[in-house]
Amino acid sequence: MNERRIRVLIAKPGLDGHDRGAKVVAYALRDAGMEVIYTGLRQNVEHIAEVALQEDVDAIGLSILSGAHLSLTRRLKEALGERANEIAILVGGTIAHQEIPAMLEAGASAVFPTGTALAEVVGGVRAAVEKRKDDR
Amino acid sequence: MANAPETRILQPSRMTSNDGDIHESEQRWRKRVAKLTVAPAKTSSGIELDPLYFEDGPHGELGMPGDYPFTRGVQPTMYRGRLWTMRQYSGFGTASETNQRYRWLLEQGQTGISVALDLPTQLGMDSDDPMAIDDVGRVGVAIDTLADMEELFAGIPLDRVSASFTINSTASILLAMYLAVAERQGVAAEKIAGTIQNDILKEYVSRGTWIFPPAPALRLIVDTIEHCVTHAPRFNAISIAGAHFRDAGATAVQELAFTLADAITYVQACVDRGLDIDQFGRLLSFYFYTHNDLFEEVAKYRAGRRLWARIMKERFGANDRNSQMFRFGVVCGGSTLTAQQPFNNVVRVAYQLLASVLGGVQSVFTAAWDEPFAIPTEQSAELALRTQQVLAYETNVPSVADPLGGSYFIEALTDKVESEVGAIIDHIETTGGMVAAIEKGMIQREIAQEAYRNQLRIENGEQIVVGVNRFARAEPEREHLELYRPDPQIGERQRQKLAEVRSRRDEARVKQTLAQVGEAARGTVNMMSSISDAVKAYASIGEICAVLREHFGTYQEPVAL
Repeated sequence: MNERRIRVLIAKPGLDGHDRGAKVVAYALRDAGMEVIYTGLRQNVEHIAEVALQEDVDAIGLSILSGAHLSLTRRLKEALGERANEIAILVGGTIAHQEIPAMLEAGASAVFPTGTALAEVVGGVRAAVEKRKDDR
Repeated sequence: MANAPETRILQPSRMTSNDGDIHESEQRWRKRVAKLTVAPAKTSSGIELDPLYFEDGPHGELGMPGDYPFTRGVQPTMYRGRLWTMRQYSGFGTASETNQRYRWLLEQGQTGISVALDLPTQLGMDSDDPMAIDDVGRVGVAIDTLADMEELFAGIPLDRVSASFTINSTASILLAMYLAVAERQGVAAEKIAGTIQNDILKEYVSRGTWIFPPAPALRLIVDTIEHCVTHAPRFNAISIAGAHFRDAGATAVQELAFTLADAITYVQACVDRGLDIDQFGRLLSFYFYTHNDLFEEVAKYRAGRRLWARIMKERFGANDRNSQMFRFGVVCGGSTLTAQQPFNNVVRVAYQLLASVLGGVQSVFTAAWDEPFAIPTEQSAELALRTQQVLAYETNVPSVADPLGGSYFIEALTDKVESEVGAIIDHIETTGGMVAAIEKGMIQREIAQEAYRNQLRIENGEQIVVGVNRFARAEPEREHLELYRPDPQIGERQRQKLAEVRSRRDEARVKQTLAQVGEAARGTVNMMSSISDAVKAYASIGEICAVLREHFGTYQEPVAL
């Protein structure tokens, strides 16, 4: 019963500085009972991976509006190394539906393109974290 | 299930008209509606709306168009004299690709250029910087050296076409490049028109392209303004932008208030430098988002003109009408656009454009319908431009200045926006001013919380978005859209070009001019002359910014949720 709260790192990789989506999602996850850490702007993926491991998070939420989502996701997966299977990567931002299969292949557990409802994001994070636990 | 709207009973009140007949019919109307229940209505900023407005003055000062306090517009005949500038934000890939797009847009009847720069350029990084790899040429054009700027404006006469740059931290460098290109085209600096955004404070809050801490960043801004006063007096040295607050979640009232608070900070910094208000005041312009609440947007722009005129005249002692004028550009689109049923965005943008023109705008960028997904294709960009041309040439809307002036509703709403904005500015100033509010993360938090509340209102159905929470399609949307796809070779091409420029240039001259930039940064002289020399020696943005970073340091963001 006394399970620990889901811990999520919300991160803005790359150079884009539009963080409305990142903050709104952070508030929503927090209101849903999760612990949320926000990195701030312009983080490189190596640093994001480092913080994620240090903070022992269950999931990383990447917010990307610059169009570089595919390579950033792939590189974060790499940077997580052998722990990559323990931490779910979720990606939100300016991503077309057609790109979702490629994103999943690159290592994302779920993708939330522009227009996704907050309830869906919260549910998606929860489901991805549960799945990781079951797989372990 | 939709929420049942709350209802309230209207009470007869406000009997202020002194005309007997009007008074009587007004009383009859009030009695009638007192028995009815009506849904409450608010503007997007939360201002409560009556179902009908009456003559209940006195209202705030109007003046004539072109006269203080410019409530009715900054030009005496407004669009009869000249239409607003149609300026589509555009840029991608390398300078030569973007140059082609500009020429095409000008052929299509666009009347000004708005340069979208890629993030490395905005952040003072070269295209071969390891941090920049994923972002070269993505959200705008990559500019590393003067060679790119020359190519960007090849065949575009800078004495006839003005360019506006969305550039902030590195604005001084881009300005130096632009003036150098004009010089090479043989155009005198005093004839050069255009704009650099050059507004760092809002970057700390909501757009994120900051590099240096506030004090040296403000110094660079005052340097560029001072440089334009003496060398390029027709160039708008700063465009103080509320647009990015708005798109990050601020209400219309917050947007205007935070923008004016920023503007006060910049003007004070110029005054502290010893610049004459009536020499630099005319170089200031503003930039906003127009969102969907049509009349509130009109009121926002009318209130903005009145507030700014008063601030410049009464607080800073500006006497020249050009320094008291609140001239502004807008962007229509942004966070109001939806990924669901994306063609609806064309309609949203058209209404926002109408609101902007009714509000007396000077230049407009209408975003394309595909903005929620990508930068525009040639087709979607064309439709966005045509949206402006239809309003300009087919509707007769531009024929009369301030067509809503004197409307009971608009005048009441203008007054209300003005007083609410004034209260926020007062609050910021009594708590230590805008820089302190930003360093404490106060403005950032207010905007983010507003964005969250707004999202919750949409998700619980309180705020209707057509195609999203009302009239949505039953099946998830998976239609095939023709979207812009970035060329994966862009980064490589730009890096090759940069390497070529580096191999051709005179390295000794680069070293020497960069050393002079460092020396200027250490002292207190205006930075523009040394930056211009470095630019003309083909020093890159990354090289110049490395020197500046060394002396100015970098900003530490207060990360606050």
